[in-house]
Amino acid sequence: MHEMGIAMQIIDIAKASIPPNMQGVRIERVNLQIGKLSAVVPTSLTFCFEIAAKDTPLEGAKLNIDEVPVTAKCNQCGNEWTITSPAFNCIECESGDIDIISGRELDIVSLEIAE
Amino acid sequence: MEVKVVKRVLDVNEKMADQNRKMFAEKGIFVLNVMSSPGAGKSTTLEKTLAILKPDLNCAVIVGDICTSHDADRLARTGAPVVQVNTDEFGGDCHLAAHVIEKAAEDLDLDAVDLLIVENIGNLVCPAEFDIGEDARAVVLSVTEGEDKPVKYPLMFRECDVALLNKIDLLPYLNYDIDKARNYIHQVHPDMPIFDISAQTGEGLDSWIGWLKGVVEKKKSA
Repeated sequence: MHEMGIAMQIIDIAKASIPPNMQGVRIERVNLQIGKLSAVVPTSLTFCFEIAAKDTPLEGAKLNIDEVPVTAKCNQCGNEWTITSPAFNCIECESGDIDIISGRELDIVSLEIAE
Repeated sequence: MEVKVVKRVLDVNEKMADQNRKMFAEKGIFVLNVMSSPGAGKSTTLEKTLAILKPDLNCAVIVGDICTSHDADRLARTGAPVVQVNTDEFGGDCHLAAHVIEKAAEDLDLDAVDLLIVENIGNLVCPAEFDIGEDARAVVLSVTEGEDKPVKYPLMFRECDVALLNKIDLLPYLNYDIDKARNYIHQVHPDMPIFDISAQTGEGLDSWIGWLKGVVEKKKSA
């Protein structure tokens, strides 16, 4: 599936983020945020990452995935809550006019480079 | 030593999608991304939709499948220009991405197009994650699929702007609770417009096409 493509993107972005004066370093960890509503499965991503990272500065690096909960804000009554089941009406006033505040992330937050 | 990155992984796709969006807007083209599970009836729905739209709108289609040009061949019979993308060239991708659409659009005379329809890969999971530069997204759900599909695939139903409930001609032969299906759709995406259609018999297509013409017109006059 597309977790392999995403793993490869992570590796490209990580490599490009290594400061120019630090070429040749090894990356120990990549810190990611993946929202619970995104169509990416963390365990599949980790599996694909291990394979894709071979022969790159990220070989052997740990993928640290922070799974972000789905939170929403109601535009009618201002309520904010965490969504844990596939129901997207405001739990206070039942309005469907809501914004998803978190849960759609697929971000690289930072890297840890071996000293 | 920690190096801050703070970057969206799909940044490359999103930048390409924005580029696509800008290009299509400059040419006055409305782009509709049509998604569903395999076999829900996207191609048949689009065959009938294109036939009805033909006198009023210049339509073109980009069709995505892992293999074969079967869908493109069917849609080409409507007279609309069609480009088939086979993602087995890209590694058997399960969705269409923005760079694939950009490349496929090169094979179309975009100056002669009002409405570009993208028939995505049959898949209720992955295509929802990938912006391709579209103006609207439609999901086709058939009544042979189980009323609770929307809550099993919430991202798809939240990301789409309209749902087509297809194959209603089969309802007399099924134990399908159509109100339950509608409730599940609205549980995930409150107030999502839903059109009950049969692409096979043509029932309900006029309302769906009315909606589509409406959004195309809205973009034109904006």
